[in-house]
Amino acid sequence: MLDATPKEFNERTSGGMINPAKTCQPIGAMYAALGVHGCLPHSHGSQGCCSFHRMHLTRHFRDPVMASTSSFTEGASVFGGGANLKTAIKNIFQIYNPEIIAVHTTCLTETIGDDIPSIIKEADIPEGKVVFHANTPSYQGSHITGFSNMTKAMVGYFAEASAAIKKEQVNLIPGFVNPGDMREIKRIAHLMGAPFIMFPDTSGVVDTPMTGEFVMFPKGGTTLGELGDSGNSKLTVALGRFASSDAAEALAKKCKVPAVTLKTPIGIKATDALVMALRRAFVREVPWELEEERGQLVDIMTDTHFHFHGKKVAIFGDPDIVTGLAEFAVSLGMAPVHVLTGTPGGAIGSDVGSFEEDIAAIVGQAGLKANIKAGGDLFTLHQLIKNEPVDLLIGNTYGKYIARAEDVPFVRVGFPILDRSVHSYLPVVGYRGAMRLIEMIAGALLDRQDRDAADEDFELVM
Amino acid sequence: MRQVAIYGKGGIGKSTTTQNTVAALAEAGKKVMVVGCDPKADSTRLLLGGLCQKTVLDTLRDEGDDIELDEILKPGFKDTRCVESGGPEPGVGCAGRGIITSINMLESLGAYTPDLDYVFYDVLGDVVCGGFAMPIREGKAEEIYIVASGELMALYAANNIAKGIQKYAANGKVRLGGIICNSRKVDNELPLLQAFAEELGSQLIYFVPRDNLVQRAEINKKTVVDFDPAAGQANEYRRLAAAIDNNKMFVIPKPMTQDRLEELMMQHGFLDAIA
Repeated sequence: MLDATPKEFNERTSGGMINPAKTCQPIGAMYAALGVHGCLPHSHGSQGCCSFHRMHLTRHFRDPVMASTSSFTEGASVFGGGANLKTAIKNIFQIYNPEIIAVHTTCLTETIGDDIPSIIKEADIPEGKVVFHANTPSYQGSHITGFSNMTKAMVGYFAEASAAIKKEQVNLIPGFVNPGDMREIKRIAHLMGAPFIMFPDTSGVVDTPMTGEFVMFPKGGTTLGELGDSGNSKLTVALGRFASSDAAEALAKKCKVPAVTLKTPIGIKATDALVMALRRAFVREVPWELEEERGQLVDIMTDTHFHFHGKKVAIFGDPDIVTGLAEFAVSLGMAPVHVLTGTPGGAIGSDVGSFEEDIAAIVGQAGLKANIKAGGDLFTLHQLIKNEPVDLLIGNTYGKYIARAEDVPFVRVGFPILDRSVHSYLPVVGYRGAMRLIEMIAGALLDRQDRDAADEDFELVM
Repeated sequence: MRQVAIYGKGGIGKSTTTQNTVAALAEAGKKVMVVGCDPKADSTRLLLGGLCQKTVLDTLRDEGDDIELDEILKPGFKDTRCVESGGPEPGVGCAGRGIITSINMLESLGAYTPDLDYVFYDVLGDVVCGGFAMPIREGKAEEIYIVASGELMALYAANNIAKGIQKYAANGKVRLGGIICNSRKVDNELPLLQAFAEELGSQLIYFVPRDNLVQRAEINKKTVVDFDPAAGQANEYRRLAAAIDNNKMFVIPKPMTQDRLEELMMQHGFLDAIA
């Protein structure tokens, strides 16, 4: 397995990636669009793009992911995709009848320069129906950029400051996380007594219950009314600067809603930050229920500290998730030695900060040093691990090859997870999510200890 | 079969020069096909006696992939075969991809028959993307002629095109056959063009003088050879056709730096003129 990965770093001049740690923009855009109620994501490009994105999302969530495509042929590439998109819009409203179509572009349509807004203006859209769009060229950024672009488009198209005085409500932008995480964030906001609008919100869309009946547009998702009303909120909390801050900034600019960008609430510190932000904004006491959860988490962390202390860990995946995981690993007493994301550190045209700086600050506070890389690939991560071995690898499914090659315990967190199920229903965010992470990490580490123990060292109590 | 591509700055007279040369070659009994590689589809107007009604891409759009060759290959002056690749309306789609599509289509439909003596590609002014370089990619045109004049921008464009040829020459058989001067009556035009061609390592293959007859023939949708066969200008095109037919000098051009180009311009176009 991965026998050809050399330990020595040879200078790579081609700019090519080997085993990328990211995927393309439209996947993020499609996922974000699914978080709008009654919305059908539409891929403006050739059929293969759309099929791949649907397949990837379906495999991760194990729920059917619906999307339509402009079905580009060679002719459409030459003459432009206007006719295809207009026909698609007409057919989609006739056949599938969504409330909203969210168009995202692909590399092909970006390169030929299709002007989506003017095509939408010329399209035949039935009364009361809506079409909006985001530009998502995959040769820039990653699926996180695509998620961010589509979320920002929701603001650009729909958010309106229609009320004279801002309402006592908060906008929560969860970022590219699982529906289980979104539910947990909403639960925390409920407990804090903070009225909120979460967008996008894929809970109830890609984690639907089995009812024996197929529903093309499930109950979940942020409604168009809520998206419009987000302009009247008194605060936006963007969770994860890479996936969420652009939309929050756009909302601040368009509707003068003050924006706060926090880390994805993974681990105790980042969850505290979310709870405190809500407490400050709504001047509420933190309810006992949350204090109890936090206390339980602290108790667990203390009880299990010796499992984690000084363990070297390599973490990879999407920048917001990885940042949260790295911070929590440090809280647990672990040493993140390799931290890598495939998403470029500061995307072109976006003022989001540097991934490297964020992580360096986190490990630096604990007096540690780490190899930190944005825009990296799994080949590089594997080489780093060969040079400085680790006790644990945390990341998405693609890490399993490295874990096997280097015989390292492996915990699956992030997107995509294609070889395990249930993960998308359960949170990694919040105090509860932190408990779950501890269970997963400790389980992996202790399973390894059991596996490697000599008979005389095989312990009943650990 | 010799495959020839004509490049040059927009508006320099590529299409006019190509068609008049092709008319002269056809008159001399050569079998010639002209492939217009410009989305405007005006590369065969003089040979057909009017704009091509249906381009390859129009046909592709209207009829799908199931196309017969005679739907797109139209006979023109003296049995020249004329094809327009066509392209999207201005401002949308991808014209470069259109050129690739239509040349591939011509190949698969068997337009390149062995009885052809010449295939001429008349290409849009600037090689703005890979699509417009299609005619000089592997297995297509092996000789290029650049139409230029004594104006700096025309020479600048010609030099740029030479860079493109140099790039493709490294991996294939494409060579520069020479510079054709389509005179603008600029001061010292002939020596300037000769010096320019020499500096590129090539030749000024012919100097076409300016004559209003060309415009008159164009208004009548005809080449000069067709419109007024006895005219002096018709003979000029006949001599250009002969020069191309007898050409033996095919080189990999050595494009010059912008500074050197401007120096050349100063020396010939300006300093000599005031001397």
